[in-house]
Amino acid sequence: MLIFELSRSGRGSPALAPSAADLGDIPAECRRMSKPLLPEVSELDAVRHYTRLSQKNFSIDTQFYPLGSCTMKYNPKAAHALAMQREFLARHPLAPEDSGQGVLACLYELQEILREVTGMAGVSLTPMAGAQGEFAGVAMIRAYHESRGDAARREIIVPDAAHGTNPATATMCGYAVKEIPTDADGNVDLEALKAAVGPQTAGLMLTNPSTLGVFEQQIRAIQQIVHEAGGLTYYDGANLNAILGKVRPGDMGFDVIHVNLHKTFATPHGGGGPGSGPVGVSERLLPFLPVPMVGRDGNSYRWLTEKDRPQSIGRLSAHMGNTGVLLRAYVYARMLGGEGMKRVADMATLNANYLMAQLKAAGFDVTFGRRRASHEFIVSLKGLKEKTGVSAMDVAKRLLDKGFHAPTTYFPLLVPECLLIEPTETETKQTLDGFVAALTEIRDEAERDAALVKGAPYTTPVRRLDDVKAAREPDLAWKAA
Amino acid sequence: MPYIPHTEDDLQAMLAAIGAGSVEDLFDEIPAALRAGSLDLPPALNEMEVSRLMEERAAQDGRWLNFIGAGAYEHHIPAAVWQIAGRGEYYTAYTPYQAEASQGTLQTLYEYQSMMASLTGLDVSNASLYDGASALAEAVLMAVRAHKTSRRVLAVAGLHPVWQQVVKSIVGNQGIELVTVPYCTEGGHTMADSLSAHEGQDYAALIVAQPNVFGVLEEADALTDWAQGQGMRVIAVVNPTSLGILKAPGEWGAKGADIAVGEGQPLGAPLSSGGPYFGFMACKQELVRQMPGRIVGRTVDLEGREGFTLTLQAREQHIRRSKATSNICTNQGLMVTAATIYMSLLGPDGLAKVAAASHANTRRLVEKLTAIPGVERLFSEPFFHEAVITVEPPAGEVLRALKAQGILGGLDLGEWCPELGGHAILVCATETKSEADLDRYAEHLERIIAKRSQGPACTKLKPNENSKW
Repeated sequence: MLIFELSRSGRGSPALAPSAADLGDIPAECRRMSKPLLPEVSELDAVRHYTRLSQKNFSIDTQFYPLGSCTMKYNPKAAHALAMQREFLARHPLAPEDSGQGVLACLYELQEILREVTGMAGVSLTPMAGAQGEFAGVAMIRAYHESRGDAARREIIVPDAAHGTNPATATMCGYAVKEIPTDADGNVDLEALKAAVGPQTAGLMLTNPSTLGVFEQQIRAIQQIVHEAGGLTYYDGANLNAILGKVRPGDMGFDVIHVNLHKTFATPHGGGGPGSGPVGVSERLLPFLPVPMVGRDGNSYRWLTEKDRPQSIGRLSAHMGNTGVLLRAYVYARMLGGEGMKRVADMATLNANYLMAQLKAAGFDVTFGRRRASHEFIVSLKGLKEKTGVSAMDVAKRLLDKGFHAPTTYFPLLVPECLLIEPTETETKQTLDGFVAALTEIRDEAERDAALVKGAPYTTPVRRLDDVKAAREPDLAWKAA
Repeated sequence: MPYIPHTEDDLQAMLAAIGAGSVEDLFDEIPAALRAGSLDLPPALNEMEVSRLMEERAAQDGRWLNFIGAGAYEHHIPAAVWQIAGRGEYYTAYTPYQAEASQGTLQTLYEYQSMMASLTGLDVSNASLYDGASALAEAVLMAVRAHKTSRRVLAVAGLHPVWQQVVKSIVGNQGIELVTVPYCTEGGHTMADSLSAHEGQDYAALIVAQPNVFGVLEEADALTDWAQGQGMRVIAVVNPTSLGILKAPGEWGAKGADIAVGEGQPLGAPLSSGGPYFGFMACKQELVRQMPGRIVGRTVDLEGREGFTLTLQAREQHIRRSKATSNICTNQGLMVTAATIYMSLLGPDGLAKVAAASHANTRRLVEKLTAIPGVERLFSEPFFHEAVITVEPPAGEVLRALKAQGILGGLDLGEWCPELGGHAILVCATETKSEADLDRYAEHLERIIAKRSQGPACTKLKPNENSKW
C-alpha cells in the first residue's frame, strides 16, 4: 500500500501547519494552479505507514549485516543523541562564528584527530561522501600539477579491483583512466604498473587493504614507481577500518586520502546516506584542500575560506558539508581514543580472520586463503554453482531467510560467484558462528534441493523482484489513476 | 573498550581457531617499518563524559532569534518526522542493494520520487543528491551531455553566489563554463533586455533561480520561452517550500523547464550548521537516462506482488565505471526519508500554508522594518520569503548590535554582492516567527539606528537583561 492510496481529499494534520495566510502581491502568473500530489492523511496514518515500512528493512540494529567494503558496524546511540541537541540543530550555517564556537571546536578537533590517525599533513572535512572525497582528492592532484605548469599529465591509473567510483571520479575530473591488473595473490601487478606510468601519469588511486581483502604488501615499491614517474598517489579509505591506528596512509607515502566516516567512524548509512568523506593531504597538496575548513586563533575558532586559502580547489557544497555526520564521528572518536582505535582494527581483523578460518574449515573456497584476511575476505561459490547451479546471488537471497543480511555479491568483479564478507569488530563470536552455520546449511540445501535455494527468499515482505520489468517499463513515480 | 563484545575466552577460542598466537600475528603481512606507534589523541571518554562535553559545546552555541535564510531555512519540523526517520531500521540500513531486505527504504524512496515529480511538475525524480548546490552542478553536467556541442551554460546573476562557486569547482575540470546575465538593479530580477546580448550563441542551458538569491521572483515563463527558443535547456533552481504556492517548473512557459533542482533542507531537515541536507533533482522523461544518482522503480515479485527496486543502474558508476553519468554512490537517503514523512504529514494544504505564512511573515517584517527612518527595501519586484533591506549604517555594524540582543537579523550581503555597497541585509521570516518576534526585531533595529544617528554608539549597547534568549 502506497501512502497515496491512503489519501482522502480534505483529510490532513492541521495542527502541524500554520494558519492560512494570503499571497499578497505574488503575481498570478507565478502562482501554482493545481495541487501537488502529496498525500492527504492524518498524522496517525503517516506515522503508522512509515513505521510499518521501516519494519520491512534489514538494518544493523536488527540483523547481522556483513556487507563487504561497507563496514556495517554498530552506530552508537550516544553519537546520534548528542548530535541531535537543539542548539546544534537550530544553528544556521551562515550565523556568525561567535555563535557557533561549540560546533566549530568539535569540527576543528575532528580535523586534528583525523590528521593524526591518517598521518597526513592537513585535513578538510567538507566532502559529503566517499565519492565526493575522491573527487576532491583527484581535483587536488590536478590542481597541483597545473600549479607547476605540468599540463601533460592526463591519466589516472586505477587497479581493476577498484570500486567503480574511482574511474568515474577520474572522468569527472577530466582525466582518462588506465586500468591495471591484479596478480594471483591479490597484489597490484608491478610490471603492469611500471609499463603504465609515464609523463602522462597524473596519479594512481589505490585501496589498501584492497577490495580483495588483503594488504598490498608492495606498497612502498608502488609508491616509488608512481612518484618517480612524477605522479601522485591517492588512498581510497574505504577499507581503513582494517588498519585504523595500526598503519597510517601518510606513513605509506600517500599524497592524498579520503576517509569514509560512515564506515570507519560508525556514522549511520541511513539507507544510502548521508555519508561523509573528509580528505587528508601531504605537505605539497596543503594549499589545494577544499574549503571551508576550520581554523583556530588562540581560543576561538573560525571558518577558513577562499580568502585564507586562495589555491583551494574551492567549495563542494553550499556550506560545510554534512556537519551533523561530522559531529557523530567526533563523538565516536572521543569515546575511542587512540588505543580504542587500534582496538577497532585489531578486533575487525580478528573477526574477519576467525570467520574466514571457520568457513574454510567448513569446506568453503576462500579466494585468498593463503593470505591473512584484513577486515574482510572473499568466498567464491564457483564450485557450488558448477555442481548445483546455485549461484552466489541465490545463496545471498537464502541468507535473508536465515535472518542475516547478505554479504556484498559479485564485487570485486575479478572473482567469479563471489561473496565479499566483512563482519566488523562489533559482532560477537556467537553471531559469527551462527552465520557459518547458516551458510553451511544453505550449501547442504543447495546440494539436496537446488530449487529451494534458487527460489529464495521466502520470508521477506516480497520475493525476488522482476528487475528486467523495472528497467524495461520504468515506473518511477506514482500517478493518480 | 567501547563496542567490542569479546570476552577473554572468546578471544582465545577465536585465535585458536585461526591458528594464531596473538591478535598482533594477524598483522604480520604488513611491513614492520610501516607500523604506527602510539597515536597522539585525547584519552577515551565514557558515555557520561562525552555527554557532558557535548552538552557544554551545544550550550556554547546558544539559542537565537534567527532571521537568516539565504539558502537554508528554519521551518517547524513535526515531532513525528525524526522520531520515525531516526528508527534504527531506517537509520542503520545500507543502500538498498538487496531489494527484498530493503523494501522499507525502497518504497519510501519511490514515494519521495513521486512527490518530488509532482511538486516540480516534471516526469521523474531521482532518489536525491548531496545538497542543492552540488545537485545544480550535476544538472549542468547533464544538460551539457544532452546538448552535445556546447560546453557553456548561462545563469541568471541572481543565482546563489556560493552555488555558482560550487558549480565551478565541480564542472570546471571538464572545461565547462558558467556565464551570468546581470540582474536589474531596481527590480532585482532578470530583464529580457539583458538576455539579448546572448541571443544566437551556443549554450547548453539557462539556469533560472526562482526565487533568486534576493528572494525576488523572476519572470520564469518568459525566461524559459526565450531559452528554449534559443535551443537551450532550462534548469530550474527552486525552493521546495515555495512550490506549495508557486508555479511548478514543469509548467513554466510553453514547454516547461527541462530539469529542476534545489536544496531539500526546508522539507524536514534541521539547519545543523549546514548539513546534512539533500539535493533534489527532477527532469523530463527524455532526460532520465542522463540523470545521475539512485533511481527506484516499482515492479512485481515472483508471485506478482508489488515491490520496489533500484533501477536504470546502467547509468551508474558501479556498472559503467569511467563512463558513468556521475561518480555519485551514496546519496542522502535518511534526509529523504525525513522529507517524505514531512511532506506526508503536511500534505498539499499544509505545505501551501507553510509557504504562504512564510511569505506573509516576511512581508510584515519588511513593512515593520521599512517604517523605520533610514531603512529601505532595495528591490521593487515581488518576493517569496526573503527580501533585501538597506540600512544607513554599515550592515555589519547593525547586525552585531542586533546580535547583542539575541537576534540574528539577516545576512550581510557585503561579501556576496559588494556592488550593493555594504549596507544591504537579506532578511527572512519563515512561519516560525510570531508577531512578537517581528516586533522585537523592528524595535531593536529602530533603537540601534536612532542611537547611531546620535553618535557611534552601536558597540556600546548593553545586552538586554530581560531577554528570554
